[in-house]
Amino acid sequence: MAFNYDKYLRLEKMPTLWCWGCGDGVILKSFVRAIEKMNIPQDDICVVSGIGCSGRFSSYVDFNTVHTTHGRTVAYATGIKLACPTKLVVCVAGDGDALAIGGNHTIHGCRRNIDITLIIINNFIYGLTNSQTSPTTPRGMWTVSQKAGNIDPTFNTCNLAIAAGASFVGRESMLDPKKLEKIFIKAMQHKGFACLDILSNCHINLGRKNKMLSAMANLEWIDSITAPKKKYDAMTPEEQLNILPTGILKQDLEADEYCDMYAEVQKVQQGLRKALSQDDFAKKI
Amino acid sequence: MATREVISNGNELAAKAAIDAGCKFFAGYPLTPSSEVMHELSDLLPKIGGVAIQMEDEIGGICAVIGAAMTGQRALTATSGPGMSLKAENLGLAQMAEVPLVCINVMRGGPSTGLPTRVSQGDVLQAKNPSHGDYKSITLCAGSLAECYTETLRAFNLADRFMQPVIVLLDETIGHMHGKADIPTAEDAKAAIVPRKRFDGDPKDYFPYGVEHDEPAVLNPMFEGYRYHFTGLHHDKNGYPTEEIETCRKLIQRLEDKVELHKDELESYEEFMMDDAEVMIIAYGSVSLAAKESIRHLRKEGIKAGLFRPITIWPSPAEKVKEYTDKIKKVLVVELNIGQYHGEMQRAAARLDIAGLFKVNGRPISPYEIVNKVKEL
Repeated sequence: MAFNYDKYLRLEKMPTLWCWGCGDGVILKSFVRAIEKMNIPQDDICVVSGIGCSGRFSSYVDFNTVHTTHGRTVAYATGIKLACPTKLVVCVAGDGDALAIGGNHTIHGCRRNIDITLIIINNFIYGLTNSQTSPTTPRGMWTVSQKAGNIDPTFNTCNLAIAAGASFVGRESMLDPKKLEKIFIKAMQHKGFACLDILSNCHINLGRKNKMLSAMANLEWIDSITAPKKKYDAMTPEEQLNILPTGILKQDLEADEYCDMYAEVQKVQQGLRKALSQDDFAKKI
Repeated sequence: MATREVISNGNELAAKAAIDAGCKFFAGYPLTPSSEVMHELSDLLPKIGGVAIQMEDEIGGICAVIGAAMTGQRALTATSGPGMSLKAENLGLAQMAEVPLVCINVMRGGPSTGLPTRVSQGDVLQAKNPSHGDYKSITLCAGSLAECYTETLRAFNLADRFMQPVIVLLDETIGHMHGKADIPTAEDAKAAIVPRKRFDGDPKDYFPYGVEHDEPAVLNPMFEGYRYHFTGLHHDKNGYPTEEIETCRKLIQRLEDKVELHKDELESYEEFMMDDAEVMIIAYGSVSLAAKESIRHLRKEGIKAGLFRPITIWPSPAEKVKEYTDKIKKVLVVELNIGQYHGEMQRAAARLDIAGLFKVNGRPISPYEIVNKVKEL
């Protein structure tokens, strides 16, 4: 029987504002299926989004939802999670949202390793505002703000998240909804900051001047720049250039989670345990 | 209210008030001269099971506070002018989505980095409209150590009543002033808490933003079975984004009217020796302490001066000011900026001949400067 999404959608908000052929819908549906499989009550879930095409994600799903300002999803979510540590808090942001204007909150969310899942829908461009360069736009691609070709080097989202201390880092693309669903479940079940680089198409605003006028052409390009981690690891460094590995790239089950650590701070302040010393952390530094 | 005597400073008293007001969450960023609020709360909040977090920047501070407030908690941030500038956009979201919170601004010299350790009242107009767009700001200004406590307390109740951010202005002088203060007992402060309204009916009948034309949104705590949507976009009764013409107009008009039509609940001012006053001094914050001292001197010399001190400075007590300025010819506004509230007082009085004594070099105004200025009038 086909999966029934209705329970999790705000049907009065349908159809979505997303363009015909956009990958965001596939990502949304995969997310909903992941939630269904995890069997968490809708009331216990908060979805926080930012600004951009991905920003509309939160208004379409029937959870506690917050549509924040540009780039601030992780900061809002940090307040929500610390106030209600037992609830599932998921951020959905775009590449410009999470890596440009909101880059600071993203890296510090990773560093704190607070139990939030950050889904970065990475379409390599500012789609909603008509094709400006994002931190993931490949060099040489045409954008409306760099018509001679983008000269800015790109962020590798997952490497950034790993370096910043996220305890779960992964990448998938909307080409494989089943893998998406799986990595969403693993990321949300993981205790700690989970950062997901989810590649998606924007044939309308990335593709139009970069020879990817159809969704298929855009997706074929995404396929050509990705390889499963196993395959990627077997490549030579030359072959790895310009290829993004997919799958779970890091999972650290030992890292301290921030809300847990803060609970220890509360115990210290309440006189229930001795203060945290540098020795307590010695093994982990 | 029964009172207790404490020896403390303005910033710590504001922090203490937050605890007694039931605040459970603080997020902020170090910013002179406000940092003691964070220092104090990082001690006090975890003791009562609350959270105080130093965020990565000022913007993160206000965002985390809004997030916590969305879950239903009372939440606070504290900063100074540069931080207010950074927080502005998200204060706008809290106005638009009607999220109650308290934001303390301990004013220092500006603009820009300005005079980080010196006093100013240069953020008065910023407090009126920190963010872009139309809304009605509520701003309280403490004029004594005790008021750092009582006004912070009042700010939490007003935030929950009007469902929007309430700004509490301290200034460097009052924030760092150390001394004795009579403040309400914690029990009385707690007894005065008026929590935000909530809807207890069937979730199907719940429309958080579907309220009367002059009423604030009714936002139930998150995770309690009433799922809805927060957004900074124009939104309908469910909180869902919309561009429907009448819905948009009504929303912005309501944000104005929920405050404008209930100003009487907000009004607060002090009248000091105003009964027979022939000279009216208008001052607020720490400057009012010098103004009171100057009035004592002036009275000894036979000059009947009095002080009108707005405590709720936005919305301004315009009607009350006009009552006085219609009767009293000599009016002097004294403030630590170049006339920010002076303009508002001229508007309230509908007079352009109101005198001003301004100072913008980071130093306090002395009582003698005020005495001399009054004699010149």
